[in-house]
Amino acid sequence: MTTANGAKPSNDSNPRIGVYVCRCGLNIAKTVDCEKVAETAKHIPDVVVSKDITYACSEPGQTEIREDIREHGLDRIVVASCSPRLHEPTFRKMMKQADLNPFMLEMANLREQCSWVHINEPEAATLKAEDLVKMSISRVGLLSPLFPQAIPLTKRTLVIGGGIAGIQTALDLADNGYEVFLVEKNPSIGGVMAQLDKTFPTMDCSI
Amino acid sequence: MADAGRHPNIKVLTMSEVADVKGYVGNFDVKIVKRARYVDEKNCTSCGDCTKVCPVVFPDEFNVGLSSRKAIYIPFPQAVPSSYLINMNECMGRGCSKCLEVCQKKCIQFHSSDEEINVKVGSIVVATGLDPYDPKEMDEYGYTRFENVVTSLEFERLVNAGGPTKGDLIRPKDRKQPKSVGFIQCVGSRSKRKGGQYCSNVCCMNTIKSTLVLKEHHPDMEIKVFYIDIRAFGKGFEDLYTRSRSLGVQYLRGLPGLVEELSDGSMRVALENTASGKIEYHDLDMLVLALGIKPSAGTQKLQEMLGLQLTPDGFYLEAHPKLQPVDSATRGIFFAGCAEGPKDIKESVTQGSAAAARAIRLMHNGMILSEPITSEVIEEHCKACGKCAEVCPYNAITVDVKNKIPAKVNTAACAGCGTCAAECAFGAIVMNHFTDQQITSQIDTLLAENAQDKVLTFACNWCSYAGADYAGVSRLQYPANVRLIRTMCSGRVDEKFIWHAYEKGAPVVLVSGCHIGDCHYINANHWTEKRVGKIHKKMEKRGIRPERLQLAWISAAEGVRFSNVMMQMESLRKTVSAEEIEDTIRILQYKGKNDKP
Repeated sequence: MTTANGAKPSNDSNPRIGVYVCRCGLNIAKTVDCEKVAETAKHIPDVVVSKDITYACSEPGQTEIREDIREHGLDRIVVASCSPRLHEPTFRKMMKQADLNPFMLEMANLREQCSWVHINEPEAATLKAEDLVKMSISRVGLLSPLFPQAIPLTKRTLVIGGGIAGIQTALDLADNGYEVFLVEKNPSIGGVMAQLDKTFPTMDCSI
Repeated sequence: MADAGRHPNIKVLTMSEVADVKGYVGNFDVKIVKRARYVDEKNCTSCGDCTKVCPVVFPDEFNVGLSSRKAIYIPFPQAVPSSYLINMNECMGRGCSKCLEVCQKKCIQFHSSDEEINVKVGSIVVATGLDPYDPKEMDEYGYTRFENVVTSLEFERLVNAGGPTKGDLIRPKDRKQPKSVGFIQCVGSRSKRKGGQYCSNVCCMNTIKSTLVLKEHHPDMEIKVFYIDIRAFGKGFEDLYTRSRSLGVQYLRGLPGLVEELSDGSMRVALENTASGKIEYHDLDMLVLALGIKPSAGTQKLQEMLGLQLTPDGFYLEAHPKLQPVDSATRGIFFAGCAEGPKDIKESVTQGSAAAARAIRLMHNGMILSEPITSEVIEEHCKACGKCAEVCPYNAITVDVKNKIPAKVNTAACAGCGTCAAECAFGAIVMNHFTDQQITSQIDTLLAENAQDKVLTFACNWCSYAGADYAGVSRLQYPANVRLIRTMCSGRVDEKFIWHAYEKGAPVVLVSGCHIGDCHYINANHWTEKRVGKIHKKMEKRGIRPERLQLAWISAAEGVRFSNVMMQMESLRKTVSAEEIEDTIRILQYKGKNDKP
């Protein structure tokens, strides 16, 4: 297995996994028995650290994970918390700060897709949370580091629509030195706003 | 407006529409079609000589048909660019040529044609605005029947000094100044029957503003506003509302049930006053309908072109309602103004600036880091069949089928949907971060215990997985035995994953993704649909009930639909007996021994 640039190579070939079951205050913990989920995960092969944590995304939460990474030589992390659509970027940054490849992270969605949608079934929700964490653990063990590539970019913006929003966007970009193509389907820019007489709250004219 | 027209960094393309967008963040190739103006935009001095001689008269769009214009015209005096144009569908053409004769600057160009402009950009801001609600369907207010019932937009033109009456309010039927005016709120808003269910945000304040304008010029005018709630939530708004009331404007709670015309052309409004609980009749010289805001007509076309998502109301869906209000889910594309939802001028300006800042944040380095979740070809396994190149929505794969030269992925162009990996029959493509092994291991783990109780769901990152998140945010409850496996696109869901799941005892499998036309990866979900159809046929042949594999399109905004689909999946699961699962396992294992399914 290759490791990320600057990452600590682990001594053996086995993955060293850290599992963090976030309580998200009570958002998750009210329904899911987070302690139990963390305990179950502890006994899965390759899991070196498994614990429940109040707010994984908070600074103390992230610090705790980063310290564990250093102390236990963890090389991949499972965060069981909210949707990856919300905090995957947060935890990828955290991985980077701990000298791990950001893609050696897997998130289990215990909030949007578990505790919040099974509010009245704590046992079933806990069972599901355990499953989701187990799935993440098996997946994280097979992840490989990935490296983004720098790609060139055109410093120019297309603004579609020449109403007040489009005009403002175009002006701010243009004043900052960016080229703008402002595309308007009508013969004049101005949009609906230009048709208005006075506008609130200033009671002045729209054009 | 004029600033934008003059700015050296802004190229204003009017009468133009985006015809096609290809490429990816940082490097979009945009095709713009600019319709012919037939007047030289740069040299036209807007002297107006042409319009004086033009014999063709048509209703003026800018004044919403309340005045007329010629076939050669300028939309309004302050138009940017400040240039006339000819509507060729109306113009009598060469036979007339009167404008051509009088134009001293020689700006009339009968022979110009539509122009195609190709431009490369790094980012795109969608600010396509709104359409006012068309009140024709709400005929209880009599808009189609009574001339003295006007829309708020018509009213704007009637009180505007630049409008058809130079700012003198008259009622259309007898051109007399009305002594009393009524405003009906929420026309096309907050209704389950007609128009939108949402609040259009601006109509309350717009009406309050209109009452102040009227009171300024006609202190004795009787003004009544019929409303459900007055929403004066913004900075300085409550002041205006209070001022309006103190000037004698009457606010009456309740929307009229019926509007009738009296013999003198005034309107009789029947109202159940919900504050007093009484039925009342109000006679008013003129009625104004406070129109709600609808998404602009071209929204869906552009949404499909750019692979964006819409809310059920039809406005663009932002990446996050609180934390990324002007970002789309597609990197490099941003929203501003009413395209994202109804909003007033201040909010539109705020979003415009925010979108600009987000675009600058993306572009200022002159380069960006690509998402490394891309596919990779294992050359020694590749048979150069060309399938991957055929299915790639981004043309990111090249393969020389004739000379049997293995496929090659352009990682900068690859967006990471994984359709190529799912379609490759030789296992020659690795989809990074969503490899066969990684996904199979998730399937194995979730089916390791009590497989018969589980509902295995593949969900795409952009739509159905986001829809599941939305169900969560909305606290919609559904059966707890559902287990999601996230892929970037439903196109990644390989046939072998599905067979594998059934072999491991899955009672049912759901493949879910963006609606057709909404795919985040242009059209990769077409391949999902085809593939599922193919598997259904194979299931039938092998004696496995095809219903056990379901396909559902669920958008990021369809939390309710997600939870409903989950309940349907659970009902379906209950129909699958232990014997049926055993049978399937046996069939697939037997099949596996003889040939790979």
